[in-house]
Amino acid sequence: MLNAKDILETITMIQDEHLDVRTITMGISLLDCCHSDVDVMCAKVYDKITRYAKDLVITGENIEKELGIPIINKRISITPAAMILASCDNKDAVKLALTLDRAAKTCGVNFLGGFSALVHKGFGPGDKELIEAIPQALAQTDFVCSSVNIGSTKTGINMDAVGLMGKVVRKSAELTADKGCIGPAKLVVFCNAPEDNPFMAGAFHGAGEPDCVINVGVSGPGVVRAALAKAGDKLDLTQVADLVKKTAFKITRMGQLVATEASRRLGVPFGIVDLSLAPTPAVGDSVAYILEEMGLECCGCHGTTAALALLNDAVKKGGVMASSHVGGLSGAFIPVTEDAGMIHAAQCGALSITKLEAMTAVCSVGLDMINIPGDTPADVIAAIIADEAAIGMVNSKTTAVRVIPAIGKKVGEELNFGGLLGSGPVMPVSLYSPSKFIARGGRIPAPMQSLKN
Amino acid sequence: MRAVITVIGKDMVGILAKVSGECAEHNINVIEVTQSILQDMFAMIMMVEISKADIPFTQFAEKIEKMGSEMGLSIHAMHEDIFNAMHTI
Repeated sequence: MLNAKDILETITMIQDEHLDVRTITMGISLLDCCHSDVDVMCAKVYDKITRYAKDLVITGENIEKELGIPIINKRISITPAAMILASCDNKDAVKLALTLDRAAKTCGVNFLGGFSALVHKGFGPGDKELIEAIPQALAQTDFVCSSVNIGSTKTGINMDAVGLMGKVVRKSAELTADKGCIGPAKLVVFCNAPEDNPFMAGAFHGAGEPDCVINVGVSGPGVVRAALAKAGDKLDLTQVADLVKKTAFKITRMGQLVATEASRRLGVPFGIVDLSLAPTPAVGDSVAYILEEMGLECCGCHGTTAALALLNDAVKKGGVMASSHVGGLSGAFIPVTEDAGMIHAAQCGALSITKLEAMTAVCSVGLDMINIPGDTPADVIAAIIADEAAIGMVNSKTTAVRVIPAIGKKVGEELNFGGLLGSGPVMPVSLYSPSKFIARGGRIPAPMQSLKN
Repeated sequence: MRAVITVIGKDMVGILAKVSGECAEHNINVIEVTQSILQDMFAMIMMVEISKADIPFTQFAEKIEKMGSEMGLSIHAMHEDIFNAMHTI
């Protein structure tokens, strides 16, 4: 039986602590849209997406009103576009991206992910064409998100792809310089990319997924922080972990409810709940503030990696029992520009890219939403990607890079994207050159899975 | 189907009457009410039966929230599923 305390706790979480369901993402397979004529294929793609997702937004809004829980985003993820582009004689990837953008706008979703290629072992037909078209595609569309998987624990790292992605990230920023360099904010370079991730910009619908599926991403850094703040300084770290677990359990139960309900109403199978703490620039909705609540003066100081490791693990442990299927990225995100506490830590100099890199070894994703100087060369960006991929490859975890070269801006200046993407200072990168290393190309072999030290 | 209506705000005459009146108008039965007044803050939680309501629940929720804001109160009507999911295993 419900009691008043429980009811008020839920209301406080939603009203005051920014509890929300971050996204309902519908995954749609486009494998049956392949055609040798790119125009015919695009027509089939548009038709399938708009047919499957026509009720996605309205269903999400109805659930939101009935349950009284905000559902911030309704999104679509599709089969990695390079896979279907491979079937075309004329591999016009930009045309496909424009079609996807049009479909996203018709459905009323706010992002569509899956303008993607999986090249962790090498380039298949359509892969290079798609990757080279990413800067144009992101510049000419509003809602299309792109990702490229360049490495995995089983295959090693495709350094030719890493080198290419360094250039693509840079070009993408240059082409959108007049729009606040928004291009690379919609582009993620992965190692060990999950195939059922509902979060953007890295969502795509993997080849092993069913025809259509509903995945839900929860959020709630504000709730965790508030729970820790209420408990005060008396708890030791075992008790802190327990408190995070209990809170994560409650958050995830809500995600599971929304996922089951959305799946039932849309007549689409439920895929997974992604148990993530996804921050927003809103004050109080920050992962950095959770770490500071644990006792760090400022996120980025020594001890941050340990605190983040505790948080990330406790979120997973708490959430796993609350949901029937867990997947995606599941853990704590640390995007700099999307997190008020991270922005502050970067501005005051407590947080550096090297510290963030260490943090990515224990968080759920990687170097995320970091503004770097506009004159950063492509091979330095490629080397940042290579470092991050190596952490993911060796530790059997997902890592990713989403850095934004702030064209025309220098260290300390601000770059503002607005909305959920936030804003943040340009952070310094090492000025020494990795050019020769990146130019070698080839593949870094997959790591040993025994003799773990 | 049941829903939970919560009312939080400054105490004044007729809150309970107005909220339950609105429920009655739409054939929504009040099953249980708990209320407390701490200093001059009014907090009420109502469990209601909505299966026989004459308008869709989302519309009722919007209507009663609007009524709340006109009276300077924070009123929310939410399906009971969310509370059950979060607080029971």
